[in-house]
This record gives sequence, structure tokens and C-alpha cells, in this order.
Amino acid sequence: MNRFDYVRPRTVAEAVAAGAEPGSAFLAAGTNLLDLMKIGVARPARLVDLNHLPGLAAIEHAPDGGVRIGAQVRNADLAYDPDFARRFPAVAEALLSGASAQLRNAATVGGNLLQRTRCAYFQDTASSCNKREPGSGCDARDGENRLHAVLGWSEACIATHPSDFCVPLAAFGAVVEIEGPAGRREVPLQDFHLLPGKTPERETVLAPGELIVALRLPAEAAAFAAHSRYAKLRERTSYAFAVVSAAAGLRMQGGRIAAARLALGGVAAKPWRTEAAEAALLGAEPGADAFRRAAELALAEARPSGENEFKIELARRIAVRALTLAAAGTPDRLPALPASPFAPIPGGLHG
Amino acid sequence: MSLSVTFIINRVPKTVELDDPRVTLLDLLRERLDLTGTKKGCDRGQCGACTILVDGRRVNACLALAVSHDGAEILTIEGLSNGGALHPVQAAFIAHDALQCGFCTPGQIMSAVGLIEEGHAGDDPERVREGMSGNLCRCAAYRGITEAVVEATRAMAGTTTQEAA
Repeated sequence: MNRFDYVRPRTVAEAVAAGAEPGSAFLAAGTNLLDLMKIGVARPARLVDLNHLPGLAAIEHAPDGGVRIGAQVRNADLAYDPDFARRFPAVAEALLSGASAQLRNAATVGGNLLQRTRCAYFQDTASSCNKREPGSGCDARDGENRLHAVLGWSEACIATHPSDFCVPLAAFGAVVEIEGPAGRREVPLQDFHLLPGKTPERETVLAPGELIVALRLPAEAAAFAAHSRYAKLRERTSYAFAVVSAAAGLRMQGGRIAAARLALGGVAAKPWRTEAAEAALLGAEPGADAFRRAAELALAEARPSGENEFKIELARRIAVRALTLAAAGTPDRLPALPASPFAPIPGGLHG
Repeated sequence: MSLSVTFIINRVPKTVELDDPRVTLLDLLRERLDLTGTKKGCDRGQCGACTILVDGRRVNACLALAVSHDGAEILTIEGLSNGGALHPVQAAFIAHDALQCGFCTPGQIMSAVGLIEEGHAGDDPERVREGMSGNLCRCAAYRGITEAVVEATRAMAGTTTQEAA
């Protein structure tokens, strides 16, 4: 790990000022950043520690049903907040399907948005990687790329965003609150992450010094609570990143779908909300036909970036599974294996 | 630059002068405080061998900067037993032969103590397995570990009830 200066700001304004200096990185839990520093992928000259800032760790439920989540709230605290889990069950399920209990106890909401890809070539400093070292090339293109992107990728970069949490956040219209040198601004989560294009080193809209201070979920997101699920396919039962995943929410009226939300994870450099699929579900009877049609639309533009064509069909199937689970109704208690396709579907179907 | 940080480690207050902010909680415990019960496995948050309780919550000590945890209360495997009496999780690990080589055991036990404290798994073996998935055991003593955690959960629930009564 490189040497760095350690700064402990007492206010958000101090943090933003320190964070704007060249070479600075914000330290939340550090569960991803310290790992990247140990392997030489991240080399900040200065760590600006957010852990002693007051006021960033509250979960504030609004009377209208929305919620504001401080950036320093820990993943486990959010997932197990009873009011949050009741109003946004797919978000809680996504959180609990990610990482391990130890990591969820430490990792923060703000940090989750900014975690880096687990592309092996990004993590290996002996490999070429346009994201880590712009212009150096992409060893993933001709390498081990079966888990790489099938949507939104470019010749420069085929990496995926690893977050589970961000997938339902995109589906349900979360908003990111940002403080920066130029003041406060808000960005919809859907617009927060950038596709790689020719500049894969730019992963989010954040400018130097800009700090995520909170996330908001609108009241209308809670209207999907009765039919909201997250489904995630992994290469082992637990403690693994998604091969593909999907967050689905339905609002039912008279046996038909009155509103639908669908987003995919593990398929692109950002959580992939699919409005065309959502629109196709409007007015439909919930069932295999409608869900398969929606899944086809969701993946209509998908193309393999390497040895990963299988992910396109897997993504369709995980979308169908998430919609099927959502239609069956949010369970009173999450299954023992949150988001797992091996958990039984309410009503007797089994994975 | 020296950074002065204070912890309560296994119920004893300690002030440490850090000459380098790169020190993790894991290296602080093992290299500077002679608390080598907490193991360094992968050093990347993937194996759980370094699990400790920080302010009552189980975390990976390898991914926590010591300087950032100034003021924290830390419990390691060395501080778990009460005098000569084993903690119920330690006793259950022995009773169920929940180890072979023992390297992952301190992390497994601290993780189990955290899991039971969190209270979400109860004595459901499948929820216990999921709740313990951050702790790898390359000897694959998982069956005994799960049984031990289930039994300790029941034993500790019984203790609480008795104390409450």
C-alpha cells in the first residue's frame, strides 16, 4: 500500500474542501478502497475520513412514505431497519444478497455506489486496463470475459458494475444527494453511473471533491412494496457477486399490472433499468407470457462482449424469475437465502 | 507524523501511537498488541479469519484502518471467555468438533457471536449457514460449525430467559 496523508474533517464543508485537492480519496468503510490500495490499483495521496462526520448516518422516513438515507448508513442497518424493509423490500433483499455479514456491517450506502468493478484485469496491475490506466488497452477483450458486460459496453471497456443495492435503487427511482465545491445538487441514480464509451476511467458524474451525502427513495417507490423482489444468480450459493440479477416491482389492480419496474444487474457498467420492458407490462395479466415478452425487450440490445453470450439468456431468465417472484407477492419474511433462485417461490413453485 | 488513537480492547482502555496511517486493525492487534488469536488469512475481506467485534458488530479487521476507528470498543477471541469459563459458542465448537486445523476458528467463533447477537438467524440451520457465509473453512468443518452455532444460539437464548426470570 502506498503512503498517504490522513485527514479527519469535522464538517461536510471541510470534507469537500479536502476531497477537492488533487490525489484525495474519501474513506467511508474502506471495504473496497483499502482492498484496492493493498493491490496497488488505488494510490490516493490523501484519505479524507468520513467516519467522524456528524449527520450522515440517519435513516429518515418521510410521512408520505419516502425515505432519506444518509451516505454513512451501513448496509446491514438499512436492510434490517423494519420500516425500510417493509416499504422497500426489494432493496433490503438486494442488500442482504450482497457480500458477507461482516462486510454489510461495515460497508456504507454511499460507498456502495462508488465501488469499483471486479474485472480481474482492472485488479491486476500487470494487465492492460483502460479504466485503471487510460489508453493502455483492455486485456479483458481477449481474456477471461465470461462474466463481463452484455449491455452498454464499448471497445475500451467491457467491465460490469458489481453492486446489488444499486439495481433496485435504479428500478425504483432513487435520487443521489451530492455536496461539492460548487454547492449541493441532486442526480437520479439512473444517471449517476456512466457507460464506458471512450472514457471508462470516468465511472460516475461526480467531480473532484463532490461527496455523496444521502440517497432518497420517493414515496411512489413504496407503492410497489406488496410485489417487490430481487433475484440474483451467483456461481456459489452465497457471498458472491451476481452473474446476472434483476429487481422487479409490480403494482396490481384488478388482476392486471397497473405499474411495473424492472432493472438488471451484472450486465453493464451501471445498473440497467429497462423502461421498454416496464411499459410492455402495463395492463398485462401477470404470467409467463407477459414476463417473457418483457424480458425479451429488456435484453433487446444485448450483445456478447466475449465468451458471455450465455449471460443474455440468463439475464432474460432472471428477469422472468424476479417478475414471477414479485407477482407471487413479497413474503412476510425474506427467505433464508435472500434473492437466491434456489429459494422456493410462494405458492408452491420451486426454483 | 504520529497519530494517537485510543481503543477499548477486550475491556481494557489502550492508547496507541501510530507512526503510519496504513495500519489495519488486524495488524495493530497482531503486530503491535500481541493479540495473535485474530488470524490473517487472505487480508482482503474474503475469508473471514480476521473477524472481530467492533462496537459489538462483527467486521473484517483486515479491511479496517486502525486510525479511522479511534475510540472504538474492540472484542477479540482473547477477550471472549469470562475468566476461566468458556463462552457458550466456544463450548459448542468443542462439543460439535467444529474445527480441524483451527486456523479459521477464532474468526468463525467471533462471527458466530456477532450473528447470534444480531438475532436474525435464530436456530434455523439454513439461516445460520447463510449468516456465516463470510467465514471460509478450508478443512470444511461446516457441518459441525453450523451445529455448534445452532446449539449456542439455543443455549444463549435459555440463559437470557433464565436471567430475565
